[in-house]
This record gives sequence, structure tokens and C-alpha cells, in this order.
Amino acid sequence: MLTILYFARLRDALLCSEEQLPEVANGRELIAQLVTRGGVWAEELGGNRVFRIAINQEMAQLDDAIPAGAEVAIFPPVTGG
Amino acid sequence: MGQTHRDKIIVQEADFDVAAEYQRLAGDATIGAVVMFVGRVRDINPQPDLVSLHLEHYPAMTERALHKIVAQAHERWPLDAVTIIHRVGSMGPAEQIVLVLTASAHRVAAYDANIYIMDYLKNDAPFWKKEVTLHQATWVEAKDSDQAAQLRWER
Repeated sequence: MLTILYFARLRDALLCSEEQLPEVANGRELIAQLVTRGGVWAEELGGNRVFRIAINQEMAQLDDAIPAGAEVAIFPPVTGG
Repeated sequence: MGQTHRDKIIVQEADFDVAAEYQRLAGDATIGAVVMFVGRVRDINPQPDLVSLHLEHYPAMTERALHKIVAQAHERWPLDAVTIIHRVGSMGPAEQIVLVLTASAHRVAAYDANIYIMDYLKNDAPFWKKEVTLHQATWVEAKDSDQAAQLRWER
């Protein structure tokens, strides 16, 4: 299973901070699967909204492979500093 | 590669003391230049109406991201010490948010590394700001200019 984490504005919009999902090959597949839920999921992750992903606490690209049991975080572009 | 024993990277709720962080490196004659950047909570809307700024982060990733940025800076410049203190939680207008201190034998290395660390922190460190004003609470949007600032180091 994968652990999926959501942060900041995305967590507030999706009303979800963490969930477990079956393994997928890469970030692109994961996002495609989440978008099929429709509603806010499609709005936030399926349109022009910009978001980032991290795989096992490292910034990643959508096509990067997701290892088994990974922690995948999905969040808006960061705004610290 | 990597860091020196003088580096200090901390994420905390508490405020920090800039003078104490400077003093920590006192007596080291190899350090000829110290540059300190402090980011503060600003309230520059047309009407000053900011009540507080809330900073959230991704704890498992934050320190890892900061350590990576500092290691990259060490690879590019001869640095004797780097200090990053980034606050999370709620803070009021004019309060301190972040300290980046870079120390080197050389002035230009200290200046450039300091800017580099802030540019990467702005894009790669998982912190998010939420502004609470008299009227609403809004997540701060990332700026394209922050990404452009990081990209110039990659040319």
C-alpha cells in the first residue's frame, strides 16, 4: 500500500490529510486515479491548478516511479521563507 | 561534500535571537565574512489588516530538504558555517520567520550562498503560509518570480 499525504490549501480543499491506496507505477497514474473521483479531486488535480508531489520526502516529477510502500505527498507550490 | 560540524538547521515554533546566532561563531578567525538574512512577517496590503501568519510544514521532509540545500551550497562555495532557523506555527506582523546565516573566509561566497539558500528554500522546502486577516484566511500563492530566481543558479 502507498501512504498519500495532502498539505496546506490542497488538504483544506480535498478535506483529506492522509489515506492509504494500492500501489501504482508513478505519480501520473496516481493523479489520474484521484481525478476519476470527480468533484474537488478533478478540480484540484485534473485542471490547470499547479501542484507538486514528493516521493518518500523528496521532490519528484509525475513520471518518477513510486516504490512499493512509498509515502507520496501532494501539495501546492511551497511558500515558506 | 556535505556539511560542516558548524552547520545548524532547525525548524521550531519559538522565535530566535539573531545576536546569539552570530555570537555562536565568535572567535573563529577563518571566518572573514558573515551574511545574515532575516525574513519577517509583513503587512503591506493597502489597509494594514493582517492578524497573523500561520506557517505549516511537512515535518518528515522539511529537515531533509534543508540539509540537501545546505549540502548543495557547500559544494558551490567555500563555507565555514551555515545556520538556518525556520519557524512554524502562528506569528504576528513584524515577527521573524526565518534566519539564514552564511559564514565564509570570503565576502562574495557568503553573500551568494545566502541568496542561493533562500532561492532554493523558497521552492524546495515544504513550508506553506496562510495569512489570517481581519476579514479572511487565505493560503499564500507561490510566485513565478521565486521559481525564476532559483532557475538562474541552474544555468
